[in-house]
Amino acid sequence: MQVHRVSRQYVIRKLLIMIPSLLGISVVLFSLLALAPGDPFDELATNPAVPPEVRAALRAKFGLDDPVWMRYWHWLIALLQGDWGFSFVSRMDVSTLIMQRLPVTLIVIGASQILAIAIAIPVGVLAATRPYSLFDQVANTFAFIGFSLPTFFTGLVLILVFSIQLDWLPFVYRADIAATGWAFYWEHIKQSIMPVTVLGLFQGAALVRFVRSSVLDVIRLDYVTTARSKGIGERKVITRHVVRTALIPVVTLVALQMPIVFSGAIVTEQIFRVPGIGSLLISSMLANDTPVVMGVTFVSACLVVIFNLIADILYGWLDPRIAFR
Amino acid sequence: MAEPLLDIRGLKTWFKTDDGMVRAVDGVDLHIDRGETLGVVGESGCGKTVTARSVLKLIDMPPGRFEAGQILWQGRDLIPLSMDEMDKIRAKEIAIIFQEPMTSLNPVYTVGDQIAEVIALHQKLSRRQAIAGAAEMLRLVDIPNPERRVHDYPHQFSGGMRQRVMIAMALSCQPKLLIADEPTTALDVTIQAQILELMQEMKERFGMAIMLITHAMGVVAETCQRVTVMYAGNVVEEASVEALFGNPRHPYTQGLIRSIPRVDRSAEKKQRLEAIAGTVPNLLDPPPGCRFAARCKFAMDVCSQGLPPLKEVGPGHYVRCVL
Repeated sequence: MQVHRVSRQYVIRKLLIMIPSLLGISVVLFSLLALAPGDPFDELATNPAVPPEVRAALRAKFGLDDPVWMRYWHWLIALLQGDWGFSFVSRMDVSTLIMQRLPVTLIVIGASQILAIAIAIPVGVLAATRPYSLFDQVANTFAFIGFSLPTFFTGLVLILVFSIQLDWLPFVYRADIAATGWAFYWEHIKQSIMPVTVLGLFQGAALVRFVRSSVLDVIRLDYVTTARSKGIGERKVITRHVVRTALIPVVTLVALQMPIVFSGAIVTEQIFRVPGIGSLLISSMLANDTPVVMGVTFVSACLVVIFNLIADILYGWLDPRIAFR
Repeated sequence: MAEPLLDIRGLKTWFKTDDGMVRAVDGVDLHIDRGETLGVVGESGCGKTVTARSVLKLIDMPPGRFEAGQILWQGRDLIPLSMDEMDKIRAKEIAIIFQEPMTSLNPVYTVGDQIAEVIALHQKLSRRQAIAGAAEMLRLVDIPNPERRVHDYPHQFSGGMRQRVMIAMALSCQPKLLIADEPTTALDVTIQAQILELMQEMKERFGMAIMLITHAMGVVAETCQRVTVMYAGNVVEEASVEALFGNPRHPYTQGLIRSIPRVDRSAEKKQRLEAIAGTVPNLLDPPPGCRFAARCKFAMDVCSQGLPPLKEVGPGHYVRCVL
């Protein structure tokens, strides 16, 4: 079947809309951080070894006493030149810190989303094609349990069972694995299994119910009867005519849930000690390391906006009625 | 007489609901000969659509089920067939078009894709050939610019044009029978006439039979050779168009014919349009006798004692009434 083309104009329009939204987000983030109590130089202030004039010079160097709008302006100009700032605590560029942590988070979140979708679509579709059957009831029950249990609970249960009782999987995620070749990948896979499972099942549980209701909405439509009357077989009726249309709202949901997934990942990263962007955010918040907090939150905001754009483009690609407008 | 193309005998299609069994189709007999147009008429809820969908087994089961009867397609009963076997008959031998052209096409595929899907499957053609075939079908049903329109989506067509697309799709494998389930009900009057004319033209071209389901008696008079009148899940009368309009025997048929608006009559006498009083009986628990008895002007005691049989009152003219 031919897939319909998304017009270039549509994508460009959506890309242009991203710019003001990102600017707005950065203003809000920056002001919030400026309003928040705490000063990165608190520690220096109480440290008798640092003379007051050195402290004042440092504050001046980082522009900490400038008005908020001026600090924002400096931050923005630097960002546009590729400078994300400098961490007071780690004495490293914020961009270096983020680039160290971001891939781990993206891999864990990406793998868990793939797991969630890989479970939710077949289970949701099967449940919807046999409504109120035993399979449907079992799937619904598990889905209900799945999204009722918070990740910090299921995470701890998994650790208790698979790390402590059975000793199959490590419960601390390490970035510094000494092995090479296959062993290196195997260790990485082993330590990712639990965080990915916890996040993936939680997301998948909510998605199953959504896919099911979306398919149920479509399966009763007239064009599905038309498709059946063509003699193409029930399997093709479901995959080609039902699932294809039913997935349009699912795509939106998955993309719009990304902020929730990121915040959920922060909790999961804490449980499994995953050295991702979430744990970086929490440690830098505790240390009042504002440039890092600003950098991490802004990166998350960018990712969310990008996922929204991807959803829009997919939507236009999946539904021919959208892009033509 | 030769074996009919389609012969439905004593068909009962019932639906299980929370309140009990709904006897939507409760013992329907009808047949269609090769190349003829049979009208199936009756008011909403009389079982016409369920009968039509039963032929292609497009009824959701559960809740629906075939309680009794046979659907003989060229002598072969379709009821015991598996869905795989039905798929060889659907579209290829029996095609169907529906009441709502606005919702009968999948919005996410081009009309060409949707027509080509049938052609590619049943005629074992490549996609490119099938798309060319689809464009050819669009030309047949008088859609302008078929080569370009074949790549358009359903929302780019008007209601009448979509019904033409549906007809093109239904006829793309040259079926022997076209079931048209109220094909013009959702359309403007002027478009209705065009669609009926198109169906007539296609019938002459391909020599297929048509089962035209409608509640418009005027449409029946114009297009059909024979008519089956249904009421509350039963056939109440079956006759040629001439006999039915000239000499309607069942009180329900008489009522239907009298309820056709007539410009000449009502204008002169300022007559009110005659309606059949009362409502259709509840099919959960139908009355034991004639189902029309409660609304019938001529009802007698005997009417509620048992369902009267279909009796022949003239050549090919059957009526289910004690009168």
